[in-house]
Amino acid sequence: MNANQLLKSLLIAVPMLTLAACSSSQGADDAANQQTNQQQQDQQGSGVELDAAERAKTPEEIRAEQMETLRQENIVYFAFDDSRVSSEYGQMLSEHADFLVQNPNVTVTIEGHADERGTPEYNIALGERRAKAVAQYLQNLGVSSNQMETVSYGEEKPLVNASTQSAYAKNRRGVLVY
Amino acid sequence: MSMMKKLAFVLVTAIVVSLMYRPAKASLEIVITDGIDSARPIAVVPFRWLGDGPAPEGLTQVIAADLMRSGKFNPIPTNAMPQMPSSEEEIDYPSWASLGVEAVLVGTIEPYAVDRYTVAFQIIDVLRGQITSGSRVLRGGELVSSNDHILDARRSVINGDQFRQYAHRISDVFYETMTGDPGAFMTRIAYVTVNHNREKPYELVVADYDGYNEKVLLRSPEPLMSPSWSPDGNKLAYVSFENKRPEIFVQDIYTTRREKMTSFSGINSSPVWSPDGRTLAMVLSKDGNPELYTMDVASKQLNRVTRHHAIDTEPNWSPDGKSLVFTSERGGRPQLYSVNLDSGQVRRLTFEGEQNLGGTYTPDGQQVVMVNRTQGNYHIAKQDYPSGNLQILTQTSLDESPSLAPNGSMVIYSTTHNNQQVLALVSVDGRFKARLPAREGEVKSPSWSPYLR
Repeated sequence: MNANQLLKSLLIAVPMLTLAACSSSQGADDAANQQTNQQQQDQQGSGVELDAAERAKTPEEIRAEQMETLRQENIVYFAFDDSRVSSEYGQMLSEHADFLVQNPNVTVTIEGHADERGTPEYNIALGERRAKAVAQYLQNLGVSSNQMETVSYGEEKPLVNASTQSAYAKNRRGVLVY
Repeated sequence: MSMMKKLAFVLVTAIVVSLMYRPAKASLEIVITDGIDSARPIAVVPFRWLGDGPAPEGLTQVIAADLMRSGKFNPIPTNAMPQMPSSEEEIDYPSWASLGVEAVLVGTIEPYAVDRYTVAFQIIDVLRGQITSGSRVLRGGELVSSNDHILDARRSVINGDQFRQYAHRISDVFYETMTGDPGAFMTRIAYVTVNHNREKPYELVVADYDGYNEKVLLRSPEPLMSPSWSPDGNKLAYVSFENKRPEIFVQDIYTTRREKMTSFSGINSSPVWSPDGRTLAMVLSKDGNPELYTMDVASKQLNRVTRHHAIDTEPNWSPDGKSLVFTSERGGRPQLYSVNLDSGQVRRLTFEGEQNLGGTYTPDGQQVVMVNRTQGNYHIAKQDYPSGNLQILTQTSLDESPSLAPNGSMVIYSTTHNNQQVLALVSVDGRFKARLPAREGEVKSPSWSPYLR
């Protein structure tokens, strides 16, 4: 299930990375593409189909791709004055945990944040509690405590700079940073 | 509109306008929002210039602005003054008394040497002057003129660049003469500004208490928090995230010398100097969760003060230095407690409201000013001891970081106005209220200096 989802995300991420790599040398590519199209047309006439084998990725490449995917979904939101990790983040956190368990040399910093209500000094404490709640959750899934660091920014780094309920909800968060 | 209200309006406008015309010096302005009606009417008569050429500017405007901002006095505008006397002999007492003016400040400015001036002033009690001025009393067997109505009279020689500072000095004398309490006009505030249009968005700033003479002490790409003045007024302790984690620093204001005091794992926050300047109270979470500690500044030796699995934070010293008021969640919600530093005994102080945070003692130790949360609203409040009565002082939104003037008359705090963090003032009796909006960016974490003399 988890591995499946990860694979699906990779299937999307890999071609995107390839596309990004192509765009760097456009002039040369255009010529090459024209040639390829010409060849394909020629070959279509003779009824053959052309395909390429996938080169095996190095472990480093795979890890970089996985990390890129994990970076896309790395925020846990919290209720007001609360530091419990809601069950809706179970799937996401287990993907992070799997990755960290498989890559014991990778470390993650977990940032804790609060909304602007209450005093800045109290919110630093609240942010730390949230960061630690996420770390504890990952530890329960087998991640070593040596791979995790926590830092609380309290209310000092809001995601959305506004005094509304929806902004507050976005600002009460734990963020996994690789 | 009553006469006094009109006068107040004209003067407020005049002050706001006069401050706006000096953008290079001050980035904080003042907008008085409440409390002029209850202040005592006085007159600050523009001092007479006894030299040739243009007169040095601004002295009496600064004094009038100081006294109005104290919340205790309502200086009448110059265009409402019946005359422009420069000394006691020239005062027409009935004309001032009919305006309800209690006291008049008069004076002269005279050239002394190149860029040096003699400033002389007198504080005159109008009612007393009406009764006794010119009368003669028997003193030591001789008939002499009665001078009971001259409450104070002084003369000083100052440099051309000292007018603003000397104006604050005169304000201090006037305030003390009229209230019996020392003035706090020769003080400064430290605060943090945040402006994401800057390459380094976070700045630690000090300025005169009225926003003039702003000086940036530190620019950082990462957040700065909780500046706190040493009792000698020479140093600030604060929290910086420059190394991507909170660390406590102490910086000398007049040199650029700074020292990292703590860098433990977890939280290093809320540094506050003891009244004798030898110890810093702080919050560290190195032992698992946020606890109060004290650190001997010279040896950096730590002493753990609280032991509880709940959050303990925001320490502030009692004036005698024997206990700390702090915020704790040990009762379920954040409330204020005090801890005796000798015995370790903890006592709960607040019971009213959903939460009480950020407590700070008044200089007499008889009151605690705090952030109170009631029905979801955060306001600055005050609790009296031993009665325990709680009074909400503000009506602004999301109030936090209250800091008291050293004479205990006024609280500066951070609030949200038009979706932006700004500084605001409220008198400890709750009557006078003013806002100090910044031109751009956000301003927060204000800290009022001790007396700087």
